[in-house]
Amino acid sequence: MPTLNNFLALSAVLFAIGTAGVFLRRNLITILLSIEIMLNAANLAFVAVGRYVGSVEGQVIAFFVMTVAAAEAAVGLAIVIALFRQRETLNPDAFTSLKW
Amino acid sequence: MLFYVLAGVAIAASLLVVGQRNPMHSVLLLIVSFIGLAGLYVLLDSPFAAVTQIIVYGGAIMVLFLFVVMLLNATQEEMPARTTIPVKIGGRPLRVGAILAAVFLAEIVWALTRVARAPIAGGEAVAATVQSVRQIGIAIFTTHAFAFEVTSILILVAMVGAVALAKRNL
Repeated sequence: MPTLNNFLALSAVLFAIGTAGVFLRRNLITILLSIEIMLNAANLAFVAVGRYVGSVEGQVIAFFVMTVAAAEAAVGLAIVIALFRQRETLNPDAFTSLKW
Repeated sequence: MLFYVLAGVAIAASLLVVGQRNPMHSVLLLIVSFIGLAGLYVLLDSPFAAVTQIIVYGGAIMVLFLFVVMLLNATQEEMPARTTIPVKIGGRPLRVGAILAAVFLAEIVWALTRVARAPIAGGEAVAATVQSVRQIGIAIFTTHAFAFEVTSILILVAMVGAVALAKRNL
């Protein structure tokens, strides 16, 4: 049986991959996918710690995170569609109207 | 060691998601990553989390992403074309982001190596408690009933918001 540390380390690695993706990629859809990776890393940590302390609370929180992720994906993709209609591009550098 | 196989699948697929130029491939690889994570949930005696992972993430959210990728016909990421983008943002945020991710990873690894190795308690009794979907249902609908109701309102708001945002004449 792997230890809790194994799962937390994997969670950290996945979260770092997601962070890198958000900052390094120039595509709105890939950025949203990277956010999903980060949410999943958090979920893994919740479930692992929940298993470690022997309660179902970790899975309950993971369940709520999944619903929030679904809502986030729906709204985020709607925004992406609206932005694509405006500028015909998915490059976030093109959307600078709010930049002073 | 099943853990290392599944962890390797999840990490490799996630790295490829971030490394791909084609968003379509990214979405499909992310599904592979989620399946690896679902296997890890099974390893953690959490079959409910594994099944919802595959149904909700692999089945619903990723289909939503695929729909949008196909709808926008965005199969290639544009390279930073300096001619079309009016403002010069340059490579500075990219470097900052890469450094931030690396520092974050180093920090977490450092923290994890300092704590004692915590073996996950075996035993049928603990596993049975954690596995029980009945216990999860009781926790969601009694202890966390308020959070559950708030979640339903959140989803309603997100649904209305998504329709309003994607409507043609905003």
